Amino acid sequence: MLKDITLGQFFPGNSILHRLDPRIKLILAVVYIVMIFLAKGVTAYALVVLFTVFLVAVSKIPVRTILKSLKPLLIVLIITALINIFWNGGTTPLFTIWKITVYKEGVIRAAAMALRIILLMAGTSVLLTYTTSPIALTDAIERLLSPLRAIKVPVHEFAMMMTIALRFIPTLIEETEKIMNAQKARGADFESGNLIKKAKSLIPVLIPLFISSFRRAEELATAMECRCYRGGKGRTRMTVLHLKAHDFLFTLFVCFTVAGIVLLNIYLPVYTI
Amino acid sequence: MAETIIRTENLSFAYEEEGNRIPVIENLNLEIEKGSFVAVLGHNGSGKSTLAKLINLILTPTGGTLSLFGEKVDEKEMSDDALYALRQRIGMVFQNPDNQLVATVVEEDVAFGPENLGIPPAEIRKRVDDALDIVGMRAFAKHSPHQLSGGQKQRVAIAGIIALRPDVIIFDEATAMLDPRGRADILATIEKLNREFGTTVIHITHYMEEAIRAGRVIVIDDGKIVLDGTPREVFSAVDTVKAAGLDVPQVTELMLEIRKDGFDFPADALTFSEGADAVEAYILKTRNKKEHS
Repeated sequence: MLKDITLGQFFPGNSILHRLDPRIKLILAVVYIVMIFLAKGVTAYALVVLFTVFLVAVSKIPVRTILKSLKPLLIVLIITALINIFWNGGTTPLFTIWKITVYKEGVIRAAAMALRIILLMAGTSVLLTYTTSPIALTDAIERLLSPLRAIKVPVHEFAMMMTIALRFIPTLIEETEKIMNAQKARGADFESGNLIKKAKSLIPVLIPLFISSFRRAEELATAMECRCYRGGKGRTRMTVLHLKAHDFLFTLFVCFTVAGIVLLNIYLPVYTI
Repeated sequence: MAETIIRTENLSFAYEEEGNRIPVIENLNLEIEKGSFVAVLGHNGSGKSTLAKLINLILTPTGGTLSLFGEKVDEKEMSDDALYALRQRIGMVFQNPDNQLVATVVEEDVAFGPENLGIPPAEIRKRVDDALDIVGMRAFAKHSPHQLSGGQKQRVAIAGIIALRPDVIIFDEATAMLDPRGRADILATIEKLNREFGTTVIHITHYMEEAIRAGRVIVIDDGKIVLDGTPREVFSAVDTVKAAGLDVPQVTELMLEIRKDGFDFPADALTFSEGADAVEAYILKTRNKKEHS
């Protein structure tokens, strides 16, 4: 059950997206998010969808994996959609359920919002988490934010914490499953009852998990010390990042897409929200 | 006589708990020679892991002196740089492979140590490849640690230490959490490091079958050395070994039981093949006697 969570999991590969400089990818991911919120009409949205489909195709990540990662979002999607359908006024009423009128604009808005969330998840995970090793990602964050060190922001420490957190996600998931199985074998029931009862039944899982995490943290700290870790001071990296031709080309391509969205917003606004 | 690289004189370590002083290591005198393969045995809480952490300068002794590579170590006087320079020469592999891997990709984890040392990127690349070759994990360089078995993870952890190019590697119960196959792999790696690369190995273990493969066995009980010698010497002192809460190798135990019943079997057989040889020799001897009479 827990193993199904693929969110934030790196898929090793050799696609163009894998080979892009992580710093560029990080910046482009931000641009991509801006892109999604920039799009206003159906036409502009179509371009964003097209761009996202292109990203997925180029990344060679199985579509099934991406769809699976969207599954936990289903509840968020439904709630967002419902809120948008019922809370938005409009001019074209579609139907009325018990005093609440649903307008055409509301439905369009709900669809747009749901699409936005899906694109946001799928696009950023393909562009970043699926195709960038977490270390490359934190490395990129560290390098992009390094000017902040001048104002005493602990950039390296922050990046190291991220790396370790990412490293231990699968380990802790595995451990959670082990503890849950052990509790089940002792008659624990995680499935029945209402939400509060279910949450309460998780306490005997969380406590051992916390304790073991602290022990892990201590052991890891000792092991890191043994491997001469002393913070970011004087540290070098095995992989040195250099921008290559394909980085510039890809950036150019993204710039064109953004320009396309702006143009479509201005000249071909259909069903704008 | 090889050069002594680790020497302790009256080394002690104690910690305070609710105002009581609890000694872990007491007046321990030990010398370890360069290029040796030493197994350290002791039951849980005997102080063997504490000894390892003292040698590695993770813990500071509360008494006595520690000399590494011929120089006395005084952590209070020592600069940070000198401390890390020494720590780099003494690597340590721990029990739980999961809790020593930092990175999410095997080769990036192996690179962690050299990166901390501030080595140029091209040299790190070479060290990482070499280290992965030594432990036989080059094919898994791009894998994520959680896709590997326990033994494989531990080999990656060893590679991470090898990449630091240490003179001494301490294995702190590095085989305790592994299945028999993983344990055999790790032991083969340890022997390879010791024989082919001349790395001094201190192997802390529970397993007698592993200890007999070392050149020297030290038994620690209550923070003191109770036995020190070749595996044969140590395990023939069955009573002392048992008093320290340990077992002797199964074959040795079997031979001793047979001897107790009045049969002439060797008291110092350690391995299965030695045991088999002893039985064979005995059978041949009795058969010869029958033929003569």
